[in-house]
Amino acid sequence: MSSANSAHSVVEPSLTSKRVAGAIVILYALITLIPLVWIFLTSIKSPPDSISYPPKIVFTPTLEGYCNLLTTRTRQTPEYIASLPAPTGTCDEVTRKRNMVIAGPSNFLPRFVNSLVIAFGSTFLAVLLGTLAAYGFSRFRVPLADDLLFFILSTRMMPPIAVAIPIYLMYRELGLSDTAIGMILLYTAVNVSLAVWLLKGFIDEIPREYEEAAMIDGYTRLQAFRKVVLPQATTGIAATAIFCLIFAWNEYAFAALLTSGEAQTAPPFIPTIIGEGGQDWPAVAAGTTIFLVPILVFTILLRKQLLRGITFGAVRK
Amino acid sequence: MAEIRIEHLRKQFGSFVAVQDSSFVVHDGEFLALLGPSGCGKTTTLRMIAGLELPSSGKIYLDGEDVTFNRASARDIAFVFQLFALYPHMNVRKNIGFPLLSQGMPKAEIRSRVEETARLLQISHILDRSVSGLAGGDRQRVALGRAIVRRPKCFLMDEPLGTLDAEFREVMVHELRELHNRIHATTVYVTHDQHEAMAMADKIAVMNHGVIEQFGTPQEIYSKPATMYVADFIGSPPMNFMRFTASLQKGARTVCLDGIDVAVPEVRQDMAEGELALGVRPEHIRFSDAALLRGAVYGSEYLGTNQIVAIETRSGLIKARVPANRNFRIGETVGIEFNHTNLALFDCSSGRAVDSTLYSGVRHG
Repeated sequence: MSSANSAHSVVEPSLTSKRVAGAIVILYALITLIPLVWIFLTSIKSPPDSISYPPKIVFTPTLEGYCNLLTTRTRQTPEYIASLPAPTGTCDEVTRKRNMVIAGPSNFLPRFVNSLVIAFGSTFLAVLLGTLAAYGFSRFRVPLADDLLFFILSTRMMPPIAVAIPIYLMYRELGLSDTAIGMILLYTAVNVSLAVWLLKGFIDEIPREYEEAAMIDGYTRLQAFRKVVLPQATTGIAATAIFCLIFAWNEYAFAALLTSGEAQTAPPFIPTIIGEGGQDWPAVAAGTTIFLVPILVFTILLRKQLLRGITFGAVRK
Repeated sequence: MAEIRIEHLRKQFGSFVAVQDSSFVVHDGEFLALLGPSGCGKTTTLRMIAGLELPSSGKIYLDGEDVTFNRASARDIAFVFQLFALYPHMNVRKNIGFPLLSQGMPKAEIRSRVEETARLLQISHILDRSVSGLAGGDRQRVALGRAIVRRPKCFLMDEPLGTLDAEFREVMVHELRELHNRIHATTVYVTHDQHEAMAMADKIAVMNHGVIEQFGTPQEIYSKPATMYVADFIGSPPMNFMRFTASLQKGARTVCLDGIDVAVPEVRQDMAEGELALGVRPEHIRFSDAALLRGAVYGSEYLGTNQIVAIETRSGLIKARVPANRNFRIGETVGIEFNHTNLALFDCSSGRAVDSTLYSGVRHG
């Protein structure tokens, strides 16, 4: 009878407590979302609106920020603009209102593609190497395994930027400066230690009986790894991939130091967007908004695996 | 199906010797139980037969072929794990078909073989279910299905009933033996449960500290124990030991226990003066008022068809299994007699049985 009141019993939460919990979650979500909402709102403001004080909550949305982000423009006389044929698109129209014409595409798109290539490339490599290394450490008797694992972890102990100068010199010597390969290698090197440690935990959790069963069922160790271990490690691999991707995607310091042209990624590029008479805030905000999309998509795509990871312990055994 | 032959098998993990020097043969179609407490080397032996562990020395022959260092996948054996190791990302059908898939068997044939196996194990109705929702018994059957679907040379089972509850275990013991009778697969079954071993096996190997203490039929293991360890491990309650000091001559038919002559099976070896133990199973003790050997009732345990009575004697506490129709008072003095043809003698210093006519027909020592 009294068990429902005892401290250790698991009881169905009451409606009130559910509502309170819900309200707290919503409040927290709002607080964390405000900066993101602000960035998005700025991206659809006109340049004067974006710097007006007090800040405007109500304004006429415009795509000017996105146009400025994706194009380069030149100032022309109103007479010249009037002599041009009718504008062909929204951007044309917006630009002409400011007495400018579109001169060509900006560098944003190639920089964004660089970011995609480098971040996904290094994530793929780090997770691939991490999975194999973690499996090795988890299943085989590796000589000095503990020392090696500590060594792998210790590569993360120094702030990465502390080695920036040596890496800059080495990269210049090796011709890796301002190359996508160089950046992929660098981010892989930073991420692989995280990947090994995270994945080792996940793989340790998978009983080795599964592989032994598969090997007895006629498969080689590699086949057993692929058909039995990997499917069960997807959760861990997904979580690790997201961590690696977020790091590689957001990394600024090395990107700013080692890339300037061909291989420049979006983070060092976005702050360099300059409009007439100062920073073009709507364009910067537009770049940031677009920059947020891939991580969002990737996380949403993998959310099933991630959620399963969270509930894994509860379902098993 | 095949014969498994093991010669001088030894396995060492660092300085720990898991299996010392095992040799035995499991004949074609035989059911062998490796019985012993945890850490006795029974699972290591099984894993070496499977190829999951490589022996430090010794040989393993499957059907006459030396497979000592063959990889597990090349041995054509099936293994049932204690926790079943059903692949959680596959349904029942895929789990059972997985070993066939590795052989590159056509899909249609896999399908028919899986369904045939499912019928044999009466699990046809769960073929398309996920393995994660299955009850213990069904998981067990799926694991068995995955083992038998391939028709391997032999089955190796590592305490497959260990995680089932007691009631269900009895059902599975029966089912496993039934299955064995039907398909006559050479089987090595690891267990720490003497009842499972007794109920299912044709032969039992009792292991302790990496050594096979005795290898024989359940009857031999029970009534003709080769060592005190076996005598003590098998039977519940275990064999009683009544210790005394004496020397023995070949041909002796009595031993002197606390001044009383007790008839024993004819001794077939000389023993120098030393501490000996008379081994007597609880059911080979009966009460007789005229008996010279006397003791006081210490307690009794009523079991329905019979009762276990503990008696304090001058040679120690012994337990007798006697009919349940007599009531004993604690402290009551009783006379006890033994079925002398069933008595065993042990040398306490080595723990080995003293050879006597009890051991006729049994590999001794």
